[in-house]
Formats: sequence, structure tokens, C-alpha cells
Amino acid sequence: MAETKPKYHYPDARGHFGPYGGQFVAETLMGPLEELREAYERYLADADFQAELDEELRQYVGRPSPLYYARRWSEKLGGARIYLKREDLNHTGAHKINNTVGQALLARHMGKTRIIAETGAGQHGVATATVAARLGLECVVYMGAEDVQRQSMNVYRMKLLGARVVPVESGSRTLKDALNEAMRDWVTNVDNTFYIIGTVAGPHPYPAMVRDFQAIIGRESREQILAQEGRLPDALVACVGGGSNAIGLFYPFIDDESVAMYGVEAAGFGLETGQHAAPLCAGKSGVLHGNRTYLMEDAHGQITHTHSISAGLDYPGVGPEHAWLKDSGRVHYVAVNDDEALQGFHDLTRIEGILPALESSHALAYTTKLAPTLGKDQIIVVNLSGRGDKDIHTVATHQGISL
Amino acid sequence: MSRIAGCFAAAREAGRKVLIPYITAGDPVPEQTVTLMHAMVDAGADILELGVPFSDPMAEGPVIQKAMERALTHQVTLDDVLDMVRTFRQQDDRTPVVLMGYLNPIEVKGYARFASEAAEAGIDGVLTVDLPPEEGEDYIRSLEAQDIDRIFLISPTTDEKRMATLSRASSGFVYYVSLKGVTGAANIDTKAVGDRVSTIHALTDLPVGVGFGIKDANSAAAVAAVADAVVVGSALVRQIEANMTSAEKINQAVAALLSDMRRAMDAR
Repeated sequence: MAETKPKYHYPDARGHFGPYGGQFVAETLMGPLEELREAYERYLADADFQAELDEELRQYVGRPSPLYYARRWSEKLGGARIYLKREDLNHTGAHKINNTVGQALLARHMGKTRIIAETGAGQHGVATATVAARLGLECVVYMGAEDVQRQSMNVYRMKLLGARVVPVESGSRTLKDALNEAMRDWVTNVDNTFYIIGTVAGPHPYPAMVRDFQAIIGRESREQILAQEGRLPDALVACVGGGSNAIGLFYPFIDDESVAMYGVEAAGFGLETGQHAAPLCAGKSGVLHGNRTYLMEDAHGQITHTHSISAGLDYPGVGPEHAWLKDSGRVHYVAVNDDEALQGFHDLTRIEGILPALESSHALAYTTKLAPTLGKDQIIVVNLSGRGDKDIHTVATHQGISL
Repeated sequence: MSRIAGCFAAAREAGRKVLIPYITAGDPVPEQTVTLMHAMVDAGADILELGVPFSDPMAEGPVIQKAMERALTHQVTLDDVLDMVRTFRQQDDRTPVVLMGYLNPIEVKGYARFASEAAEAGIDGVLTVDLPPEEGEDYIRSLEAQDIDRIFLISPTTDEKRMATLSRASSGFVYYVSLKGVTGAANIDTKAVGDRVSTIHALTDLPVGVGFGIKDANSAAAVAAVADAVVVGSALVRQIEANMTSAEKINQAVAALLSDMRRAMDAR
């Protein structure tokens, strides 16, 4: 007998996933977070809002995205049949827009006229600037000064879309500092401003809300694999930076015990070098950016610098739900290094004619290890979370080529 | 009676308001912090607030962010800050010291161990910016067990129900954040602050300190007219930043600004 009621029931009412998550913010934000939680819970159950969101996802984002059978790649690896969930085919080229469409609609319903966001590589910034343009909302994007230099094309895209991009000069001048600065903006302008966080981190309700907006990935994959293969997959693979594309894929399968799940972190130059972005594989529990989770930190609780070839994974924390799924053993967290990810990038490009994002290439690289260990009758679904056009300069530089 | 409660009682007795300067421990160099603490007491400070440097100070404006970055270039740790207070206590066992910082360094040390080490070092109160009482049961219990005061923030976005919760969780004093924003931001509206302080006074017997946006003698005096204590941070840290070439100059500049505030507050 199949149970109809989901067994998995996290987070609790105050946003806790076991010991993780919660609301660790300055007092000024506690009121606005409560307002957001109430609005979110109200619209989650509101049929009109959900219909509006569905329409946006279909007509503007281009959903559903295909679940593509990578025949040549599967045969080359000689093991499991590999399916790619093609989030790279969404408008703006990544899964990020599933969430920004949802949060921007929520912002409009809450009467907020100004949108702010943080961004690392610029993908979430672009996805936010895109929906802000679509809805006619003012948009400010905070981006580490280091990243502004490295990702000039995305900076220009955001400007074309009408957003103001603010380079953040503090701290390590990267994503975590952009997040700090966005929080400072929000504290200052709470009355008219909605903060669109790009991943499943931050204070409650963000981790649950972003998960729910991204869960469309897993819901579609589940329907598609049942239609195409007549059964559930044996394994899911997704890269994990903050972890929104991974949670989006995993969440609708979480009660399906036969489905193994692999979250792939960025091992950078190698876990043993300390220069990586793999808090789940090599970090410790701590509190940052409004939630308790696994972090890259030193013995005194200072957040340490991270490294990954992929800017989207270059973050010292991870969503609190991943921390809980690690401790509970439901998801296996592994890491692949820069070189392995690059190999995954080249493999998919040459074998399937699909240029994957370097973030997604981490999931592909792990799949090349996993697939041969499984039988030909087994199925892996990999989240191809974004397209790689944005990364061609990085890849070229690695090959000693200047474009 | 705790040192903080005693300090407020004595001030009330003498008809004066409490002046609480903030500096970041280790800014600009670790060697100077204790000297600066003594200089601030000599210039009229009643309670000292010492910032614990953190790599990601989300609630701070640019002035205190930079102070924390300066301290962190010298790898100042929570242990170092406790050592500074131990050294300060060798010459001053009267002035209360409050630590202000972020949760992660305390979390890594462990709440119980932090509380006992802080008590032993001579710390009287702790204000952890990113820890609301809802998440702080163990933290509160650990500090309580060591008789260390727990100071929580109340902000312009706090409703009355939460005000009551925060006041109940607090001891020593309650800290009212005068504006929506980060430390060192715009000028404050004294009238609005006065109204909010009255609301808090109706909910609790604890004294109310007001901080954020107090820049000079005038604003200090204006806030002193409506609150029990005046907290000044960024304005002092700016003096440190402007006089980095000489330790002597920093001490003088910080002391001069504090003395001005003290005089203006006492002359009301």
C-alpha cells in the first residue's frame, strides 16, 4: 500500500531542518521575515497565485524542460542509462529563473516595488533583473567586486535589463560579501524592498520557499521518467553550491527510498589542499547568513575563503536542508575537483553536443564515475542546471587560449 | 547586583545618563585596545562595548566593517578579545564590559565554555547581533549560569508583542536600535526614538540604551534626554580610522569626542 501522506516533513514551523536552518538575523529583519513567511504560506495555498505562476513558467520560462536521454554518453560509459534534466534550456539559461519568477510574483502581490538580489557568477542576478524587467520593478543587484571583473558580460546583461549593479568591495569581494551587502540594503529599505535570495540558504522562510519554487524540476522529472521509462530512476545527481538545483530535483523523490541521491560539491584544487568549496564534505557546522548549516570556517569561527573553477559553486556555506539530508544519510555528498569538472564539460560538449555550465559539469563528472558501477538496466537522472556559454572564457583560459 | 545593574543604579542616583562607547577589539592593532579602553573610561565612559571581529558582519555599516577587517589582518580571535579584557581588569574592576559580536565564533567555542571563560575574564554582558532569543535558549541558559547579562536588540520594526519577549529575554539593559539600517547610518529622529523608548519602559524595568546614528555631542545629549544610556560606535571608530598613523593621536581623538559627549549629556 502506497502512503498518500508524505513522510518527510521538514522544516518545522520555525524553519528548522533538525539542528539546521532557523532565523539567525539582526532584530530589524525579524518582522519583515515574519511578513514574508505569512505571505508565502498564504500564496502557496492560493489557487490563483499558483495558476499565475504556472502560466509564467510555461509561457515565459519555457517549461516543462525536456528530460533528455543521453544515449551516446551512456553507451560510452558502458553502465546506467543517463537522462539529463535540461534546465539549461530555460529562459536565461539556467534553473535560477524558476525561483526568481516565483519570488518576483510574490513581491508584486506583497506590494513591494523594489527588488534586490545578490549574485556570484551573475546567473541569479541576470534571472532577477530579467523578471524585474518583465514586471516593471526597480532592481538592484549586489555583486562582489572581484566577480564584477570576472563576469563582465553578465554585468552588462543585467545593466541592459535595467538593473543597477553594485560592486561590493568588502571582505573577500565575492558572493558571500554580496549577500552581506544585500542584507544590509534590506535592513535599510525593508518597507518597499523584497530581497530575492538565489539559493536554498538564508533565514527561514527562504530555504523552504526557494526549494518549493525549484521543486518543479523534480516534479517534472518524476512524471517524465515514469512516462519515458515506466519506472523511477535508481539515482539522481546534481551539483551543490548553495544547493537550489539539487534540492529542486531531489525533493519530490525524497520519500522514494529506492532512489539514491548524490549531491556533488566543488573540490576545487582538491579537498586535501583546503582550497575548495565543499562544506558538506570537508566543513563544520556553524551560523552564517541567517541559518545554521555546514560552513567553511577556521578554528575560531571566521569564514574562510573558498575556491572553485565554477563561480556558482564558490560559496562557503550550503542550504540547511542539505546539512540535514547529509546527517540523516538520505543524500550522499561527494566532491569532484576543477579538472574533473572540466573533463565533464568537454565530454558532454563533444559527445552530446551540449555545452554544460561548469557548475553542472561537477554533476556530470561524478556521473562518469557512478554510471559504470551500475547495470545497463539502471537509470540515472542528472540535473543539467545551466548552459555553459557563460563559461567559455574560463574554459579557454584553462586551455591557454585567449578569445 | 551585576556590575551593569550597579552602574545604572549609580547613574540614576547621580542624575546622569550612561555613556557606552564601542570600539572593535584589535582595531587598529591588538596592542592598543586595552590602552584605549582605559582612555575611554578616563574620558567619561560608564560601560565599554567591545566588538568581537567577524569576517561577515552583516549588520555593520562600512566604518565598523573596515574596523573588523583591520583587526582580522592581525588574526584577532575571540580568545584574544577575552585576553584583552583580562588585562583591562588588572587595573579596572569597576567598569562593566559588554561584548558585541556575531554568533559563529561563540558557536564554534561552545556556549557553556564561552560563558565560563567570559565570566572568568571579567565580561559582564554579551550582545549577539544575529541571535534572536527564539534561537537562543541554550545560549541564554549558559550565560545565565555564569551571571553574564544577555542584551538583546529592539528595532523600529519590532512590534509590541516581540518587544515584551525581547525585554523578558534581556538582562542588564535593553538596546534600542534607533533606525532601520546598519551601524553608522543616517541621523536619528529623537522624537520618534523617545516615543519608542517610552513604550519599552512601559514593558520592562530594565534601563534602555539607544544606539545607531549618534554622531556628536548634540545627538548624544538629545538621546540622553529620552533614554537611560547612549551608545556611540561608528563616530568613535571613524576617529581611529582618521588617526591611524599614531596610537597617541587615536587615544586623544577618541577621548576628545567622548569628553564632548559626556559634557553635553551632563549639561542637559
